[in-house]
Amino acid sequence: MTVDVDTPSRQPEKPAILQVQTITKTFDGVYAVDDVSLDIRKGEIFALLGGSGSGKSTLLRMIAGFEKPTSGRILLDGQDITDLPPYQRPVNMMFQSYALFPHMNVEQNIAFGLKQDGLSKSEIKARVEEMLNLVHMTQYARRKPHQLSGGQRQRVALARSLAKKPQMLLLDEPMGALDKKLRTQMQLELVNIIEDVGVTCLMVTHDQEEAMTMADRIGIMDHGEIVQTGSPKDIYESPNSRMTAEFIGSCNIFEGSIVTDEADHAVIESHLLDAPVRIGHGIATNLENPQVWVAVRPEKTMLQHSKPASNENWSSGVVDDIAYLGTHSVYYVRLPSGQVVQSTMVNSERHSHHPTWNDQVYVCWDESSPVVLNQ
Amino acid sequence: MKKLSFTNGVFLGGLLFLYLPMLILIIYSFNSSRLVTVWAGWSTKWYLALLEDDQILGAIWMSLRIAFYSSTMAVVLGTMAAFVMTRFNKFRGRTLFSGMITAPLVMPDVIIGLSLLLLFVGMAQGFGWPAERGMLTIWIAHVTFSAAYATVVISSRLREVDRSVEEAAMDLGATPFKTFFIITVPAIAPALAAGWLLSFTLSLDDLVISSFVAGPGATTLPMVVFSSVRLGVSPKINALATLIIMAVSLAAFVTWYVLRRAEKRRLQQLRTDMEEVVEVPAYRPQPVINPVKQRKQRVGSQEKEEVPESVT
Repeated sequence: MTVDVDTPSRQPEKPAILQVQTITKTFDGVYAVDDVSLDIRKGEIFALLGGSGSGKSTLLRMIAGFEKPTSGRILLDGQDITDLPPYQRPVNMMFQSYALFPHMNVEQNIAFGLKQDGLSKSEIKARVEEMLNLVHMTQYARRKPHQLSGGQRQRVALARSLAKKPQMLLLDEPMGALDKKLRTQMQLELVNIIEDVGVTCLMVTHDQEEAMTMADRIGIMDHGEIVQTGSPKDIYESPNSRMTAEFIGSCNIFEGSIVTDEADHAVIESHLLDAPVRIGHGIATNLENPQVWVAVRPEKTMLQHSKPASNENWSSGVVDDIAYLGTHSVYYVRLPSGQVVQSTMVNSERHSHHPTWNDQVYVCWDESSPVVLNQ
Repeated sequence: MKKLSFTNGVFLGGLLFLYLPMLILIIYSFNSSRLVTVWAGWSTKWYLALLEDDQILGAIWMSLRIAFYSSTMAVVLGTMAAFVMTRFNKFRGRTLFSGMITAPLVMPDVIIGLSLLLLFVGMAQGFGWPAERGMLTIWIAHVTFSAAYATVVISSRLREVDRSVEEAAMDLGATPFKTFFIITVPAIAPALAAGWLLSFTLSLDDLVISSFVAGPGATTLPMVVFSSVRLGVSPKINALATLIIMAVSLAAFVTWYVLRRAEKRRLQQLRTDMEEVVEVPAYRPQPVINPVKQRKQRVGSQEKEEVPESVT
C-alpha cells in the first residue's frame, strides 16, 4: 500500500529525508509490518500512531537498525541504510525507558556518543556543555541517572540522542514513563527543543493527544499497515476509513445507502436514523455499491429538546447516560433503532438547563459535519 | 533466669551442632601434646611447626594458584556461555546446550574425575599432551565444573540487564564488542565477582577430582590434609585448619562490613537525592506573582542549586 499525501501541511513541501520503501517484516511468518512505504520530510515531526501490536515500534526499530526488514529498502538522504548496523547509522533514538547508562553520570551519558566518534576532549566538553544548556540540566551534570526524576531523565536522554547531531531523531513513546501532568508540559518543551535544533523527528506513540500536540504530520498504523497520513486536522476532520475515524477521538457511525448524489449535495438513507442524512457536497462514489458509512463527531452532534425544522440530519432519542467531565459533558442518546449516539456539550454556564436522564431529545447536525466512509 | 523456650533451644542446638566441632578443633590446635585426643596444656608450637613444613606450605601455594587460575578461567567461560544462553534467542539445540552447560552441577565428582583422567591418559598416549599430569590438568579439571556454577550465577544476572541500555550504546555508535565491555560488563560486575568467589571456593575445596587428575608433582591442600589424617591426625593439621577458619571468617566479616557500609551510604545518598528531586516541583513558580522576586527568595532560604525544574 502506498500512501499518497496530497493534503496541505503547515510547512511548505520539503524534500523527503527518510524514504521507507515497501518495507515488510515478518516474525515467524506473522506480519508485523506489511508493505509500508513512507516519506518523511526534512525538519518535520512525524508521529506514527497506533495501538499495541500495530507494528509501529517494529518500523521504528527497523529504521534505527535493531531489526532487519524481511524485504524493502530504507533510504536516508538518498543513501541506502537498510544493511547498515545501528552503530553506523546517522540516526539516534530516545528510548521509552530512556535507557540511560546507570553507571555513568549525566555528563558521561551525553558524552558517550561523541566519544565513539573519536572527537577530541575539548570538543566533547564544549558539545556536552551545549547540550546541558539546551535541556536546562547544567546543574545536574554530575548526578547519576538514579538520582534524577522522570522528567530530568527524559531531558538527559534527549540531550544524549541529540549530541551527535543526528540526521534524524527517533522517539519511542517519549512520554510513556511520565505521569499525566508532566506529560503535557514535556510535550511542548520537547517540541520546542526539537524545533530549536531543527532535527527531523520520527516518533512512535499510542497516545493520540500526544501525537496531535507534537506532530506536524501523523501516520495511523493498524495491523502493520499505514492507514492514513496527514496533518492532525486532516486526520481528525477527514478520516478516510472507519478505522481512522474510530481510532482518533470518538465518532458516531451510521450505516446507510446513497439515495442521491449530485454535484452540490448528497443524501444518504440510514435505517438507524429517523431522517435521512444530507451532505453539503457531492461524494462522487460509484452508485453500483451504494453501501456507505456516515461518521459524525460528537462535538458536531447537537442536542435539543425541540424537534428540528429541517427534514434532514436529525433523529429522535432518549438520554441514556451523561458523563460530566467538567469542561464538557458527554451525552449518550439512545435512538429508536437502538443505536447509542454520543453528543458533547460544552459546560459554558455553571448552572444551565441541559437535558437530563431519560429526557426525550433530538440529535441533529449541520450538513457540513458528516463524513462519508467507504471502508 | 527465664526458662529456655523451645525455639531458642532448637536454635542453640543447631548452632552447637554447626560450630562445636570447629571450636573443639581450634582449642586442640593449641594442645601441646603430640596426641590429638589428650590435653596436655596450652602451646603454640604446632603453629611454628606448620611454618617449617614445606610440604604443607607448598600445597597451600599450589591450591591458591590453581583456585585463582581456574576461577578466572571459569568466569570467562561462564560469561561466554551465559551470553549465548540469554542473548541468542533461537538456535538449534539451545535447550541441549544449556542442559549440557549445567550438567556438571549434578554430576558426581567421581565420574567427572574418572572421565577426565581417562581423557588425559588417552591424550597423553595419543599425541603426547599433556605430557604428565600436574597443575595444568587439575586446573583444566577445576574449570570444567566451576564454569557450570559461574554460568548459572552470571546468566541469571545477565537475563535481568535492560536490553535497551545495550541498544542505546549501539545506537550511539559503539560496536557490539565495545558495548559488551563498557555497558554489559559493569552491569553484571556483581555477578562476575560472585561467580569468581564461588569458583575459587569450589576449587580450593575440591579433593575428589583433584586426586584423580593430579600427578606426582602437584598436591593440593585438601589432598595433603586428607593423606596426613589417614596416617593419624597430627596437631599440625589442627593448627592449619584453625588458620583456614580464621582466614575465611575474616574475609567473610570484611566483605559483610564493606557491603553494609556501601549499602548504608547508598541509601542515605538516595534519600537526600530523592528529597531534593521531590522538592523541585513543589517550588515551581506561581503563575501570577513576580517570578524574579520569588526565585530570589527561594535561593535565599533553600538550597542554592535548586532552580525550578522547568520554566516553560
